[in-house]
Amino acid sequence: MQVLDDLWIRIAVWFRGLLESFLPPWAVQLTMDVLGILLLIVLGIVVVLAFTYMERKVIARVGDRIGPNRAGPFGIFQAIADAIKMLTKEDVTPTNADRWLFLAAPIVVIIPAVLLYAVLPLGRGMVGVDLNIAVVFVVAMGGIPILTMLMAGWASNNKYALLGAFRTVAQLISYEVPMVVALLTVVLLAGTMSTVGIVEAQASFPFALVTPVAFVVYMLAGLAELNRTPFDLLEADSEIVAGYFIEYSGMKFAMFFLAEYINLFMVAGMITTLFLAGWQWPILPSWLWFLIKVVLVIFLMMWIRATFPRFRIDQMLGFAWKALVPLSLINLFLVALVAKVLEPGWVRTGVLFVSNLALLAGAIAIMAQVARKREERARAAGEAAIKRYYGSEVR
Amino acid sequence: MSLPQILFLVVGVITLGAAVAVVTSRNVLHSAFLLALTFFGVAVLYVLLDTPYLAAAQVLVYIGAISVLIIFAIMLSRKVAAPDLVQRNSQWLLSLIVAVLLFGVLAYLTLQTAWPAAKQALGVDAIGGLGEAFVGTYALPFEVVSVVLLVALVGAIIIARER
Repeated sequence: MQVLDDLWIRIAVWFRGLLESFLPPWAVQLTMDVLGILLLIVLGIVVVLAFTYMERKVIARVGDRIGPNRAGPFGIFQAIADAIKMLTKEDVTPTNADRWLFLAAPIVVIIPAVLLYAVLPLGRGMVGVDLNIAVVFVVAMGGIPILTMLMAGWASNNKYALLGAFRTVAQLISYEVPMVVALLTVVLLAGTMSTVGIVEAQASFPFALVTPVAFVVYMLAGLAELNRTPFDLLEADSEIVAGYFIEYSGMKFAMFFLAEYINLFMVAGMITTLFLAGWQWPILPSWLWFLIKVVLVIFLMMWIRATFPRFRIDQMLGFAWKALVPLSLINLFLVALVAKVLEPGWVRTGVLFVSNLALLAGAIAIMAQVARKREERARAAGEAAIKRYYGSEVR
Repeated sequence: MSLPQILFLVVGVITLGAAVAVVTSRNVLHSAFLLALTFFGVAVLYVLLDTPYLAAAQVLVYIGAISVLIIFAIMLSRKVAAPDLVQRNSQWLLSLIVAVLLFGVLAYLTLQTAWPAAKQALGVDAIGGLGEAFVGTYALPFEVVSVVLLVALVGAIIIARER
């Protein structure tokens, strides 16, 4: 077991030893660094191939279909076939597009997505760089896609693209607030902003059990940041036909696609790291635990996508500002108070868990009450309109 | 020349080039995106100077917030990229004088300062020290600044609200 747990680290140490036998120290360091970066990028591409296949299969099964089943056994080569198709497609640039920005957007969109992998602890001792401000780094990099989406939306010189870009900015900026507050709750509990430190702080209890409210808020905000259903307004095929990247084709489109799935893995990885104890938990090797948890989180996201309809834009922004922000702020105060009064241990976890569940139940009750009132008001208005039109009661 | 020095030069040239292009570009939106590139270059310089927190804050505030705000403001106004867009108005001489004066003062100060180098590297827990300074020594100014920001936020909403 120990051998399996350290498998990748052993391979790295062995490879470094191999290099040291014929290279000077600085060249060894440079080769190892470049290889590490390349590995993270390759991981990104492998992730895209694996999760597009998984997404199509899961959504198909939920819809009682079979999904891709022609290319290879169970259609597992479908993603590769799609990638080859993407590469051979014609690369179109609209005549009135802003040529430079149009070209730059798909390149810039991939950079923050790949950069984020550097702080993701993939297993025990397996992290690109143990930054002591990793959480701030993640939030900062999360802000760059807003810029690239505006870039792509405006450069395309297309109304739908620009509308999609505007929707994105409203959505991403709104959902960044509850996301950061949920992150803050975790940082408060762990006492560190390093992702490695946060995983180590969850040795006895995963934070999803300690503070379920922050977990739910982060999960929802993450879905919104990823522009996945039910928050996929900026793509909304039936309204604005794929949104900000409507004019992109071929490899440029593939870059947006790539960035989307790299971000999916990243957000699932952050949820695993922050709330599901990362690579911890016994018996299985640490990197396998991490992968299992990430796949489970992604499966949950696909399940949500296959189940729920899309929000309207006012509902979506209202949900962020009127429900998620107050909920996460109250939770932050609650956790700060309890963490100050009680020592870490069973009692504190129990108190936080129960109070968090109560908070969640209360929030859902209030939201249901508001929704019921709104529905009643709408029905009354409708009946009044009918009465005005017909002049009397309708039987 | 060591690797950090080469990197510093490359990043510095890119940052300065982008900054020049911000001023000379005829398309206002191009200027805005180039400004974001300039901000990013400055953030990379912070990383090279071993202050990752400052770099992350720079990206968060200047690219994530200010650049997006500028681009939004430009997109909401007309005539973004007209080729006949005039780049100066009647006050160009005055602003030239002010700009040259400002540059002179900055250059003078830069040349006069001795730039004492810190004896040892910054501690690993610099971010912890920053946090303690915010809620300890400088708690009052920190709170006052946050109240000022809150007032600005509420004021903006009140001004923008339809009556």
